[in-house]
Amino acid sequence: MTIAWNEYEPGEFYDELISSPGYARKPAKKLVSYLRSLNEEDIAARKHAAELTIKEMGVSFTVYTEEGNIDRAWPFDIIPRVISKRQWDKTAAGLKQRLQALNLFIDDLYHDQKIIKDGIIPEFVLKQSKNYRKECEGISPAFGVWAHICGTDLVRDKDGEFYVLEDNLRVPSGVSYMLENRSIMKRVLPEVFEKVDIAPVGEYPARLFDTLSSLSPRRVKKPVIVVLTPGIFNSAYFEHAFLAQRMGAELVEGSDLVVGDDNCVYMKTISGLERVDVIYRRIDDLFLDPEVFNKDSMLGVPGLMRAWRAGNVALANAPGAGVADDKVVYAYIPQVIKYYLDQEPLIPNVETYLCYDDKQRSYVLANLDKLVVKPANESGGYGMLVGPHSTKKERELFAELIKANPRNYIAQPTLALSTAPTLIGKNALEPRHLDLRPFILQAKDSYVTTGGLTRVAMKKGSLVVNSSQGGGSKDTWIVDTDGEDK
Amino acid sequence: MLSKVAERVYWTARYLERIESTARLISIYDQLLFDLPRSVNLSWYNLITINSLEEAFDAHYSVRDERNVMRFMLGDEANSSSVISSLRAIRENVRTTRDVLPEEIWEMTNELYMFVQENMQQGVGRSKRHQFLQSIIKGCQQMLGMLYGNMPHDTAWLFMRMGLNLERADMTSRNLDAGMAAMLEIEDEETAVNSHQIIWGNVLRALNADQSYRRKTHLAVRGGVVVEYLLDDEELPRSIRHCLRALANSCNKLPKGKAVAQKLREIEEGMAHDFAEDNLDYRVREYLNQLQIEIAKVHHLIGATWFPQCLV
Repeated sequence: MTIAWNEYEPGEFYDELISSPGYARKPAKKLVSYLRSLNEEDIAARKHAAELTIKEMGVSFTVYTEEGNIDRAWPFDIIPRVISKRQWDKTAAGLKQRLQALNLFIDDLYHDQKIIKDGIIPEFVLKQSKNYRKECEGISPAFGVWAHICGTDLVRDKDGEFYVLEDNLRVPSGVSYMLENRSIMKRVLPEVFEKVDIAPVGEYPARLFDTLSSLSPRRVKKPVIVVLTPGIFNSAYFEHAFLAQRMGAELVEGSDLVVGDDNCVYMKTISGLERVDVIYRRIDDLFLDPEVFNKDSMLGVPGLMRAWRAGNVALANAPGAGVADDKVVYAYIPQVIKYYLDQEPLIPNVETYLCYDDKQRSYVLANLDKLVVKPANESGGYGMLVGPHSTKKERELFAELIKANPRNYIAQPTLALSTAPTLIGKNALEPRHLDLRPFILQAKDSYVTTGGLTRVAMKKGSLVVNSSQGGGSKDTWIVDTDGEDK
Repeated sequence: MLSKVAERVYWTARYLERIESTARLISIYDQLLFDLPRSVNLSWYNLITINSLEEAFDAHYSVRDERNVMRFMLGDEANSSSVISSLRAIRENVRTTRDVLPEEIWEMTNELYMFVQENMQQGVGRSKRHQFLQSIIKGCQQMLGMLYGNMPHDTAWLFMRMGLNLERADMTSRNLDAGMAAMLEIEDEETAVNSHQIIWGNVLRALNADQSYRRKTHLAVRGGVVVEYLLDDEELPRSIRHCLRALANSCNKLPKGKAVAQKLREIEEGMAHDFAEDNLDYRVREYLNQLQIEIAKVHHLIGATWFPQCLV
């Protein structure tokens, strides 16, 4: 028996593969017709193969629970998500544009703050931003770039257009899973790769390496690059190790580094101390340097900020870059793009209500059951209220939270996130909501991953895609259909 | 190379060797008990004593029977030397050193870890234990083969070999000690001569050295000769002398390695002994004990030289 593709009902949402029952979208046609040819046993066998591959490859993520940290196998759905190359090229250009503007913006904030003086953004938004670092004022990192690695979350609404949901400029994670998803897929459905023109994703580590190398303060042929991880108990440790390995960089913890009296950073090697040029840090700002930030931090390196300010080491992303991924600042990004680049944003924002504004706040409070409320500075899907799925009690709690600290909350309409057919149970095909996190690099040049990490809310009707909260993932295919769209 | 990475590679090799040795030791012990006359009452608890794990075992188990010993040696996470704990340690170490080890090592580690986790019951019971242990040994050999066939002979390689040889030297001394313990336990039996031969034959097998012993010595298995062979032979990869020399060889190629190499030479020079058939008694055990202490000192010296906690 084959799986009933014809009975798959995409419903009221934009579906990534199926336009209406029985009809695949153009870039997905070959994939769907191939999947149709597989019977139930085939599908079950592929699914099993994927699970085994994931375990053998040791693709895992760590979940923090009350009983301690659990290393979980990466959740993966074998049906890929397909996007046409033409649409992707447009999106990629929009992502580069956005990061370029964000970097000009951050650099301005730590120097002259022209954008505030010109009245585009109110001063208090910046003053009250949790991620603004006074310690970074006046510093000029290479190329004027602060956020070298950005993970931007995109969603598709009913209309099939991409919207930016949020920018992650601090320590965005997920790119290793994007790469591993592709490796798994190649092992599980090798036949399709012969038939479909799927753009490769594998060059990311090399591009990341080039980006980091170009930041080296020393003009040496082979700058010493390290990935600084909080350690094995961090939820993204798998990724830290993965990227270090793929780049041929050293994976270090704070205790492996030391800052000398010369304000240079050194790592402890078997033959003594060796100078470090570039640190791809996967530790939050406040834990980077106990001399400057959190005094109790055991993860950081005392003196790191001194070395960075002296220009003796490059930090990616630069401390303070997170000021631009505040969700209140997010609401202003379309104006930011216009202000610095004099361009219209190529990818729109999701409509956002700022709770500090009296008028917008009263709208939010009156419509909590329809809106998604987010704290301005959380990540990982924590501390959110999803209105339509909330209880009265939760809404009342959020109303209090918003009134107590309006600057810290924004609200957005509940989006009709796009869906894709997902294998549920043994052989049922059901729509599940998903988003997309591409990764953008910027130093002297910019680069965008081909596609990105597709995250899926595995629970029926759920919009929460975070792997820490039961989300899964799919391989993301950018498919060239000779310029014909949809 | 980062000190921490060097340390983790060193430990990966130690644990890998420990798993294989443990699996070999248990499978041989099994055979030994089958072969010995029924009147000989050899305890499974000896396996605990050999590995100096009495305290840890007694803290968790009150009955010193076969099942508990197996559980403790193979699948008990409370025992840091158990096969499962060693595998977990390898996993954690390989995870953090994937960039200096062949990529396949990571997948092989996961495969073996999953295999052991899923089939632990086979190891605890007796009927399928042999097969289970053989699969573990093969898994270790597969990894060693991968390392020897593919790893560039760089710094990481030297630390890998150091870990391997140090653990081997230690394990060989423990195997010898196990042989001695078993031998002394049945001293008064009528069947002693026969039993001794069975015991030493199995010690050789546990170290994969029976075939080479016969070829090298052209002698029947005799305690005194076996002890000398396992201590001194220059060609046997698991002989203590061979391990010490391999260790010194690695040290000499590393920065700051002179002092450790010197220490190893001293141990080797001090290894003089004369154990013949008729003086295999408690003195051999004292000698082995002393050797184990020296090996432990080498381990600490390696740590102090290349993996210091603080290096400012």
